[in-house]
Amino acid sequence: MSCVLRIKDLTLGFRKGRQTAQVLHGVSLHVAAGEKVALVGESGSGKSVTAQLALGRLQQERGTLTTGAIEVVGHDLIARPEAMAPERGHRMTMIFQDPTSALNPVFRIGEIFAEVLRSGGRRVSEAAARERALKALAEVHIPDPARALDSYPFQLSGGMNQRVMIAMALVNEPELLLADEPGTALDVTVQAQTLRLMDDLVTQKGTAVLFISHNLSVVREFADRVYVIYRGRIVEHGRTAQLFADPRHPYTQALLSAAPKLIGGGLPDLPEHSDAFREPLVVHEGCGEPGEVPA
Amino acid sequence: MSGKSSSVAWTEFRSNPISILGLVLVVFCIALALFADVITPYPAHVGPIGDFTAINQAPSAAHWFGTDTIGRDLLTRIVYGFRLSLLMAVLVLSISMPVGVILGLFAGYLGGWVEFVLMRLTDIFLAIPPLVLAMAIMGFLPATLTNAMLAVTVMWWPWYTRLVYNVVRAEAREGYVLAAEVIGASPLHLMFREILPNCAPAVLTKLTLDIGFVVLMVSSLSFLGLGVQPPTPDLGSMVADGAKYMPDAWWLSIFPALAIMILVLGFNLLGDGLREAFDAEV
Amino acid sequence: MSPVLRLLLQRLAISVLVLIGVSILIFFIARIVPGDPARIALGPNASQAQVDALREARHLNDPIVVQYGWFLRDMLNGDLGTSLYTKRPVTQDIATYFPATLELVLYAGAMMILLGLPLGRLAARFQRRWPDHLARLLSVIAVCTPAFVWGVILQLSFAYIWPIFPLEGRLSNGVDAPAAITGFYTLDALLAGQIGTFFDALYHLILPATALALSGIGQTARLTRSSMIETYRQPFIGMARAYGFRETRISRRFAFWPSLIPTLTILGLDFAAMLANAFLVERVFVWPGLSRYGVEVILRKDLDAIVGVVLVIAAMFLITNLIVDLIVSIINPRIRLAERKAKA
Repeated sequence: MSCVLRIKDLTLGFRKGRQTAQVLHGVSLHVAAGEKVALVGESGSGKSVTAQLALGRLQQERGTLTTGAIEVVGHDLIARPEAMAPERGHRMTMIFQDPTSALNPVFRIGEIFAEVLRSGGRRVSEAAARERALKALAEVHIPDPARALDSYPFQLSGGMNQRVMIAMALVNEPELLLADEPGTALDVTVQAQTLRLMDDLVTQKGTAVLFISHNLSVVREFADRVYVIYRGRIVEHGRTAQLFADPRHPYTQALLSAAPKLIGGGLPDLPEHSDAFREPLVVHEGCGEPGEVPA
Repeated sequence: MSGKSSSVAWTEFRSNPISILGLVLVVFCIALALFADVITPYPAHVGPIGDFTAINQAPSAAHWFGTDTIGRDLLTRIVYGFRLSLLMAVLVLSISMPVGVILGLFAGYLGGWVEFVLMRLTDIFLAIPPLVLAMAIMGFLPATLTNAMLAVTVMWWPWYTRLVYNVVRAEAREGYVLAAEVIGASPLHLMFREILPNCAPAVLTKLTLDIGFVVLMVSSLSFLGLGVQPPTPDLGSMVADGAKYMPDAWWLSIFPALAIMILVLGFNLLGDGLREAFDAEV
Repeated sequence: MSPVLRLLLQRLAISVLVLIGVSILIFFIARIVPGDPARIALGPNASQAQVDALREARHLNDPIVVQYGWFLRDMLNGDLGTSLYTKRPVTQDIATYFPATLELVLYAGAMMILLGLPLGRLAARFQRRWPDHLARLLSVIAVCTPAFVWGVILQLSFAYIWPIFPLEGRLSNGVDAPAAITGFYTLDALLAGQIGTFFDALYHLILPATALALSGIGQTARLTRSSMIETYRQPFIGMARAYGFRETRISRRFAFWPSLIPTLTILGLDFAAMLANAFLVERVFVWPGLSRYGVEVILRKDLDAIVGVVLVIAAMFLITNLIVDLIVSIINPRIRLAERKAKA
């Protein structure tokens, strides 16, 4: 099995003065090529820092201490995080919570698109960039792609900007897409529409996705597999169907019963902390990490 | 605009070495000014009479900063210059700050024609560079120390009006003001008891920065010969007088110039530290 | 009408009102001060009859509001009165002295932008590392030092001790001023094709322009730094990094342009402050600009001339702000395209 993302026994600490705040306590997860995997947890559980580590950026900051292994599209990001620089925007891309604030307000969509196509120093002519951008925007069903390219982000609706963001994320045909709470800032129905669009496109292109969310019900119709993370530890791992049919870890059970039924941006009522949430990892049948004997 | 409690602000202030440097410089300058009579080697040289046997001496052990054209000890005169500059800054700000703050409160809270008249008036004042306005006022008045302070005071209040006005406009939409309005608090109570304390960090920060800038302004006026007149020891006029004897008696203008720099720098670093610690918009 | 044009017309109207306000303010200050302006003008030796004649000629016996009316009418006709010092019309005096000041200020302004912006950008990019600390230290020292102190220090260092620059003036002895077209010696020399004069004028500009620019450079660097640091926290910079945009490109373009918008407005104010600081620098370098004239007329209580000088500087200040508004509205698409959004 080839993995586009593999994290093994990853720990992360932030050093401040003489103290170190431990944020991740040995997280292991993987995403195989073309697979859609969700990482679910409440805010502060360590899911977003995991995404930042996978980008290869956070470990380059001063005061961060990492151990374990992160391997993204064949690069060892603990030993050489800088190796990721030319791959970002190409073999790995990202989608954000609020598309409108993630697009630079003083540049036209077309200019940002060209920047994405040229990132990492690649040479793309003006005409070729425009042509590829037009094609990418058509793929995400934007009614008038030429006009969108000449617009500024504030002239488009949030939903349109999210489509633009998806088009940018996929235009360089990445192997891995990080979706960090995509569209949480948007209207509920718009979020659902754009997620479905993203789902269709990644399935069609065979792009692997690591979908980061605080909301279990959002990932239900989207992910192949789910990891549940609680306070820097993975507590449950299983196929989506298994996990929803038979949640075994007390934290997952609490999260499921608290989750609102609607797909939405509103935070679910998070469960109260309980000692039971500290119980060890539960791995569903046939899941396990690569190289380990499946339980 | 005050997001932090004062103890948090102090911790943050203390952790920045640059801010501490500012505090040290400020305390140093104030101490010199306060104890000028005791620490200066030749306190008699404040006046027009010096030691005519020691004129135009370069810096030495007896006269660290040298002596001027009539034999007065430059160090002594610089220390007294600190005293005068600080005194003038304090006097100017102790009038212009309260006036500006009160007008800003009224404009921001009352709105309507009060706001219109006051804010347009500040626009007019702020459309003239401060130094030019102060110079012009000096043009209509005899060049004396009191008049120089008056001129600077007249042009300084609008900055506080605008600052407080902006803070009040932001605060008036806050919940606690609405809550106080609902329970029927009087406008005066609201302005002075509810809103004013919230302007304090921004105003205090600006006040600290401004002590430096008033010193700068007053010394600029004196440099042009439009402020303090001899023999009163003023840093700006010392620089101007000394410049005539360049480069041979270079110390005559360089030391007073550096003294102005140190004084303004101290208040600026301190003010910057406060701004960062309080997170205040100035 | 395009939104930019409409905005500019609005600002222009406000500026004209402010300028009228300034004229009222300065006119009334000039009239309420103690002393008879005519007596001050003529000096203590003039006879009472002379004083009375001048009071009559200058409408000084009318009520003050009527006096302002006369003043406003003259001002709109381009007449700012006559200087008692030079015995010439104030407008003519200003036209003589102002170009020298403006040339100095423009060179200093260019230095402020060309050095201040990159310094601030560098500090922001290397936040909390040594280029940042160095840039912050330099800029705070620059801001805290009055322009005349810089003038004295630069003059001592580079004109006396190490004499690589001229001490004072606009041109060397023996070099004739180029034929006046704009009044800017560098520009006029180029227009006349006198390269030698151009370099001589430029050579004389360097020290005073640097003295004048230093505090502006510091201020610009500080502002740019804090504005860029604020921009670096925005999600769209996170996006740029996640998409592998190069850090130099982010610093020069992607973070730079958005952070320029808030900076520019304050830069306009700094530029205007230079007009005032030019008074100090001109005195150090014996620069034949508005300062020499301004200080002279102030010391001589030459009321019309003082009012004229203040009005010209206030007008320059307002014009600078208009230009800044124009640049901001061009950079900021939200202003430029305000209408299109409304239609969409």
